[in-house]
Amino acid sequence: MVRQVLFQDTTAEETQDVTHEFVTVDGNEAAAHVAHKTSEVIAIYPISPSSAMAELCDGWSAEGKTNIFGTVPRVVQMQSEGGAAGAAHGALIAGALTTTFTSSQGLLLMLPNMFKIAGELTPAVFHVAARAVATHALSIFGDHSDVMAVRTAGWAMLCAASVQEAQDFALISTAATLRARIPFLHFFDGYRTSHEVNKIVRVTDEQITGMIDPGLVQEHRDRGLSPDHPVLRGSAQNPDVFFQAREACSPFYARVPDIVQAEMDRFASLTGRRYRIFEYMGAPDATRVVVMMGSGAGAAQEAVEGLNARGERVGLLQVRLFRPFAVRAFVDALPRSVRALAVLDRTKEPGAPGEPLYQDVVAALAEAVGDGHLTGMPRTIGGRYGLASKEFTPAMAAAVFAELDAAKPRNHFTVGIVDDVSHSSLTVDPSFTTETPETVRALFYGLGSDGTVGANKNSVKIIGEETPLHAQGYFVYDSKKSGAVTISHLRFGPNPIRSTYLVERATFVACHQFNLLERLDVLEFAEPGAVFLLNSPYAPGETWERLPVELQEAIIERGIRLFVIDADRVAREAGLGNRVNTVLQPCFFALANVMPHDEAIEAIKTAIRKTYGRRGELVLERNFAAVDAALAALQEVAVPPVSAGSRHRLPPVPPEAPDFVQRVTAMMLAGKGDLLPVSALPVDGTFPTGTSRWEKRGIAAEIPIWDPSLCIECAKCALVCPHAAIRMKVYDPALLGPAPDGFLHREWTGRDLPGSAMTIQVAPDDCTGCGICVDVCPARSKSVLKHKSINMEAREPHLDRERSSFAWFQQIPDVDRTTVQIGTIKGSQMVEPLFEFSGACAGCGETPYLKLLSQLFGDRSLIANATGCSSIYGGNLPTTPWTTNRDGRGPAWANSLFEDNAEFGLGMRLALDQHALLARHLLSGLAQAAGEDLATEILDADQSSEAGIEQQRVRVAQLKEHLHRLATPHARELLGVADVLVKKSVWVVGGDGWAYDIGFGGLDHVLASGRDINILVLDTEVYSNTGGQASKATPRAAVAKFAAAGKHVAKKDLGMIASAYGNVYVANIAMGADNAQTVKAFVEAEAHPGPSLILAYSHCIAHGIDMRAAMSHQRDAVASGYWPLYRYRPRTSASGEHPFQLDSKKPTLRFKDFAMSEARFGMLDLANPAEAERLMQLAADDIAERWRLYEQIVSVERTAPVIMDDEDHTRTALAKEEGGDG
Amino acid sequence: MVDLTTRYLGLQLCSPVVVSASPLSDSIETLQRLEQAGAGAVVLRSLFEEQIVHEALDVHELLEQWTDSYVEAQSFFPSLPEYNTHPAAYLEHIERARRDLQIPVIASLNGVTAGGWTRYARLIQDAGASAIELNIYFVAANADETAASVEDRYASIVTAVREQVSIPVAVKLGPFFSALPALIRRLAACGADGVVLFNRFMQPDIDLETLSVVPSVHLSTPAELTLPLRWLAILRGLDVPVSLAASTGVHSAADVLKALLAGADVAMMASALLLHGPDHLRVVVDGVEAWLRERDYLSVRQLVGSLSQASCPDPAAFERAHYMKALVSYSGLNGWSTG
Repeated sequence: MVRQVLFQDTTAEETQDVTHEFVTVDGNEAAAHVAHKTSEVIAIYPISPSSAMAELCDGWSAEGKTNIFGTVPRVVQMQSEGGAAGAAHGALIAGALTTTFTSSQGLLLMLPNMFKIAGELTPAVFHVAARAVATHALSIFGDHSDVMAVRTAGWAMLCAASVQEAQDFALISTAATLRARIPFLHFFDGYRTSHEVNKIVRVTDEQITGMIDPGLVQEHRDRGLSPDHPVLRGSAQNPDVFFQAREACSPFYARVPDIVQAEMDRFASLTGRRYRIFEYMGAPDATRVVVMMGSGAGAAQEAVEGLNARGERVGLLQVRLFRPFAVRAFVDALPRSVRALAVLDRTKEPGAPGEPLYQDVVAALAEAVGDGHLTGMPRTIGGRYGLASKEFTPAMAAAVFAELDAAKPRNHFTVGIVDDVSHSSLTVDPSFTTETPETVRALFYGLGSDGTVGANKNSVKIIGEETPLHAQGYFVYDSKKSGAVTISHLRFGPNPIRSTYLVERATFVACHQFNLLERLDVLEFAEPGAVFLLNSPYAPGETWERLPVELQEAIIERGIRLFVIDADRVAREAGLGNRVNTVLQPCFFALANVMPHDEAIEAIKTAIRKTYGRRGELVLERNFAAVDAALAALQEVAVPPVSAGSRHRLPPVPPEAPDFVQRVTAMMLAGKGDLLPVSALPVDGTFPTGTSRWEKRGIAAEIPIWDPSLCIECAKCALVCPHAAIRMKVYDPALLGPAPDGFLHREWTGRDLPGSAMTIQVAPDDCTGCGICVDVCPARSKSVLKHKSINMEAREPHLDRERSSFAWFQQIPDVDRTTVQIGTIKGSQMVEPLFEFSGACAGCGETPYLKLLSQLFGDRSLIANATGCSSIYGGNLPTTPWTTNRDGRGPAWANSLFEDNAEFGLGMRLALDQHALLARHLLSGLAQAAGEDLATEILDADQSSEAGIEQQRVRVAQLKEHLHRLATPHARELLGVADVLVKKSVWVVGGDGWAYDIGFGGLDHVLASGRDINILVLDTEVYSNTGGQASKATPRAAVAKFAAAGKHVAKKDLGMIASAYGNVYVANIAMGADNAQTVKAFVEAEAHPGPSLILAYSHCIAHGIDMRAAMSHQRDAVASGYWPLYRYRPRTSASGEHPFQLDSKKPTLRFKDFAMSEARFGMLDLANPAEAERLMQLAADDIAERWRLYEQIVSVERTAPVIMDDEDHTRTALAKEEGGDG
Repeated sequence: MVDLTTRYLGLQLCSPVVVSASPLSDSIETLQRLEQAGAGAVVLRSLFEEQIVHEALDVHELLEQWTDSYVEAQSFFPSLPEYNTHPAAYLEHIERARRDLQIPVIASLNGVTAGGWTRYARLIQDAGASAIELNIYFVAANADETAASVEDRYASIVTAVREQVSIPVAVKLGPFFSALPALIRRLAACGADGVVLFNRFMQPDIDLETLSVVPSVHLSTPAELTLPLRWLAILRGLDVPVSLAASTGVHSAADVLKALLAGADVAMMASALLLHGPDHLRVVVDGVEAWLRERDYLSVRQLVGSLSQASCPDPAAFERAHYMKALVSYSGLNGWSTG
């Protein structure tokens, strides 16, 4: 770290030089640092993008880092944000300094407690990485819709606009809350600030101590509940006093603005950094002013400076303290010369006369005019910008100023999008820029797995901390979990960098993956004369020939200098596999000329030592070797004067894709979704399914190649494929006539469908190369044992044949579902998956279950999907893996929230049941008109088999024909709901974070409802989507985030809790251990007329395993007794049934032998062998105890009746057994 | 009173029975029991460079593989204070053993790279080991690698380690050399203070159920002693300037005596101790002492090498003729007719 004298605080009473320690951190770390230093209790729960604050605090406490009071803050993970707020409330009322961190839905869950905490005048700070609240869609990205949704709770709201402010305001709000007794919501923009890495001045412990008044801390403690001076809090009040009591707090709010300003002034005297609750910047005589808060102010400030430099007179009023809104201070902060104001809100409040900040500003101005403080009302307009991290640039700010100059400025405008529906959007001049030549701007294109982002974070740190330069890094990811493209945006230069927008004019571009050139225009943002560094497996001359022509032309036209390096080779030779980061980083430093070469190499090595030091000398040596070898392998390409060659960039989707995919999806896939106008998008968030098939990513280096001569037709490869990239079809061999050359097939030897041909086919552009299919393939060559019936081979040589084969394979008709035993492994895999090509992690353990579900019931399923991994790979645009069959039927999928999923699914069931009731009622009435026989057949139909369901479909189709002809009001009504007469299957799907923690209350209620609802828990035993935080499903002895020292308590036995109801079907399954039990459990669960719960062991990258062998891990998990397989099948017959069946054998493998093959357990052994030993033993005891318990339960006789709680519902399981409607 | 002391690698040992590298050395308590039972020295279980490298790279790979690849999850594991991919635990074990034992503690190192051999040898020395046993077991599976180049490799390892450390260095070898005495002379010239004959390693086996190759480790049997006996006798006779240790097949006092007679300065044992427990060592040492006393030997030194090839009445017995004799007698014993 470099200590420099940067600020000379001339405004403080005595001029002082302050020596500063610079750190290069992101906004989350900046805020968390202060939060940890000033808290005694920290209640946490993960949610993007605030999780990192919780993780850091948890980690620091685990390491024993102390707060300024000399104690280690106590960090407690809760089951939801509601729980975190409740725990925080309790800790606060008992007198502890308490905080929490959250975003978006999490903040909404805290709302009830927030009202209480404020109502009780409790000093507290919640730190919020502000994020969009889910509406028509979920978004994890930043805007103010969450904080605005809680603005009525009575909290002061202090908004930080930069990484520096995120740290400083964390402290100022903590100091202010103690003095004001009003709780503070300290917020900053999600991702843009929470994840931007920037060079800031670190606040010292002395400065923190200087801000926290010990007397006020003691007052807070003194107010804490104590039996030594007992009081009553939280009374219930009647109409006689509530109102008056509510008004009693008013003076406290009135004091807040002055208190905050005073704390800001005190902060300035301690640190030299001066802030105001309303900060005006720009021309002192400005006529046009923009009012806004948050990170966008950085871009707006640049625009103001740029415009004023051109002779305009404009200004920016940055709101820091939003609530309480200090009317007088606001008006005083405005220059008297102002004639027009534009208020920018980063949220949308549909139906309001304007967005919240606009409303406050208008009200403040009106009040100031009314009481004579302001002579006239400036023209005031409001607009929206930057929803869900939509870019906000200086050009957009300039467009707002231009609008203020118009004769009739548009009110309620939008900026940053093209609104061709309501015509609200302002026109932005794309040539307006405030980028300065002294700032180097660099763009890096890489893959998630290649280390590009990590290296760039290090580069920013190096530049920020080892040189006098300022540096900024911001990182953009695509929405896939496997093969994700990352784009790193770096700036550095002599001045502080507040450019809160992506790099638009790059002086340096690096592409770390050659094959990205096929899909992306990586030079789109390259300035003329820019340097382009390309990682290429080819020599310079050949590299040029292999570039797409469009790229060659861009290089020639813009005079771009092209450098190439075979970084993969250098990394491989250094023993680093595919991690090209440490090879490319020195090249960047050399080409971008950031610092002298030797210093750069030294600094890179120092950074490597800092990052990887704990992992041992060897890791360092290898990385150092890669650094040392890098520059020698770097070569400049002599660019020819004209382009040549036949390679072109690929279109994002093939021409045969449907219209919507061509118009909308393709734009998003090409990274140009920002250009889509409002009219291109659905008004209510409804999107077509079946779109992932148009996204050909081709991310696998190796794909499975089938050897039909060895195949035993077991279908395991198709069953386990997480991406539906391996398919099996059994078909009439007569169809093979026109098959393309090289199409592989063999005779089907199964007893069903005799005389058929069969093919196992890979989708070569959709396979992720995870290798799980090869791991499970049981068919080996007798003469070469490593050769199986399916083998991973290099994709390139097979690509043409496999592409044409897959195309042909797809048009082979699917097997008739009614002719196969669908409840078997083979049968289930003969039918088409209606979940395909998801962007889940390569080798995902969840997706095979969903694919199976889609095969078994997809054509008649409604799916309620809890937020989490499955909602992301299932529903994150641009594409969805959920798809339809040839008849257009397929799973109908919706995600509501994280916490409510069981209830959401129950609602679906209720709607179906109610419509079924209506349909049956109407059909009974129309029986004569529609045909008595048909009506009776429909009403009494047995739909317990595929054939029965298909027959019912035919009958309902006939019925609908009749109804069309009848055209009476009842017939029309029945027509609208007739489809519900075909059996529908409701599935509630989610992860363990949902089922065990945040959604458990709802899940429990739904289990108790008795309704025919199927619940699939994809149990990865951690919060996978947010990065592996512990849940109550996390086993004892495993290391996870929030359980860094190893989880101390045993996993919750959710299956036993559910089975306690007696009428709930429960299955504990692991596909990799017992395929047949898995398929059987799905079929039984669906057939069970009451609630069903399937707990599916889902391996995960967060387990730290070799994903190729993931199914073997599942097998070992079962063999060790760690994950026993069982089914609890409620019986409805009179007596003597043993509903609980253990499907796996008594443990044959030691738990430790299984556990040590997974890093989640093994890491603890590396870090703390004694503790690992202790916890491992306890975990082994857990297993033994549970096994003993289960063995006893096996012989328990139990008959809980399965009866619906709804009197109107005619069906009961009992009735069904006696010949009910099934 | 018979003098049981012997010199090995320049170290003065109270007894010629040394505990060779095995899991027995993992516990300080067991080491103390072995010392009390009369061990002259202990060799700790090998530090395997390959294992350290594997663990370090696995941890690194694992932590890096999914890092920064997804917007909501920039990592999947908590940052732990330490990953112990460094051989810290092994080095601490050396320190403790040295502190808690009177007898010399020899650390064993199994390396795979030049850097690994020297780095870990230095660390072992710094941790206080009395000596280092380099456990070299190279499988020359490459058809381009000649016997000469394999010997070069051994020589360069010993040279590199010798340059790094000042404590005594022994080399534990396999028996599969075409010209063992010349190699050992060369290793001595490179700085080896002793050789241990011979090492036994994990061998591949085949599982007929799973049709897979599986590692196998078997305990030695006394029958295996004869191989080292021959070479000890030959080497002692050649006056190669190194200490000699017998390893493999030493199960009883008789075996120790045979080894010493052939020329070993010490006899190392592990399998018998694993079979019978650490206290078996006392039985062996007492047996050696009783045998010597019964025959009026004053010291072990008198015994060492007294039946080496140079000292024995029938030198050819250690060479080819012996092989013929054995075969004949074996046939006879079984009553076979060679027809």
